[in-house]
Amino acid sequence: MGLKRDVSLSAGLRYRGPAGYLTYILHRIGGLGMGIFIAMHILASFVGGRFGGTLNGIYENWAFQIFIFFCALFHAINGLRITILDLFPKLLDYQTEAIWIEWAVFLPLFGLSAYVILTTALGG
Amino acid sequence: MTKKSRTLSIKARGLSNFESIMWLFTRLSALGMYALILVALIGALIMGARNHMNLADVMRWAFLPNVSHVQSTDLQSTDAWATPFWRLTASALLLLATAHGVHGLVVIADDYIASSKGRNVVRLVSIIFMTAMSLMGLWLIWTS
Repeated sequence: MGLKRDVSLSAGLRYRGPAGYLTYILHRIGGLGMGIFIAMHILASFVGGRFGGTLNGIYENWAFQIFIFFCALFHAINGLRITILDLFPKLLDYQTEAIWIEWAVFLPLFGLSAYVILTTALGG
Repeated sequence: MTKKSRTLSIKARGLSNFESIMWLFTRLSALGMYALILVALIGALIMGARNHMNLADVMRWAFLPNVSHVQSTDLQSTDAWATPFWRLTASALLLLATAHGVHGLVVIADDYIASSKGRNVVRLVSIIFMTAMSLMGLWLIWTS
């Protein structure tokens, strides 16, 4: 099963690809971040008690909220680009333009949300 | 990659094995999740989110329309938010997200774990993790 690859773990972690690498790695970080958050959230709600309360405290912190919102929003917007381009492969010729559009959508949305989270957390 | 392979239709690329079916599932489940989140968002606006909820509450509800996500709002009654329709919507979102996410974790792990034995362990752990998360989530949705 699977392909045999002669690449070490450290070489895999140090890999830097060409164009699109940033969105690729942020998509992974976003997916992992959401996976960790959702697993924590389900466990905390399911188990409850002191353990659940400790987990709640972590993800209700404003810094974690900004991180998790970055994960969810970037993963959703980048995922929409991937889905559209993969299901309509002719559009792959415009991948660079699609990534610019993606940033133009993501940055204002995330900036506004982070501002709302920060002013709520720090200013009341 | 040559330009020719790019323009192959999805059917022509051959959905022959599990991984290529999961490749398509990842994209289609993403579309499904956008649709379900949109349904939850529209539902929240119809049921009074405009006057009784803030942005964070609406987001929390949209990403998983479970009644426990709106219990700290100014809503006078959450009965309309706890109907079987919303529990089914939440269940569909949970199951899609869990399958999409756990498969994504397996894809990431495969980039760093090349041995057949390691990959089998990853798959076993992922199936256990996915089943546990799905069952705990469903229990929470249908008992809250």
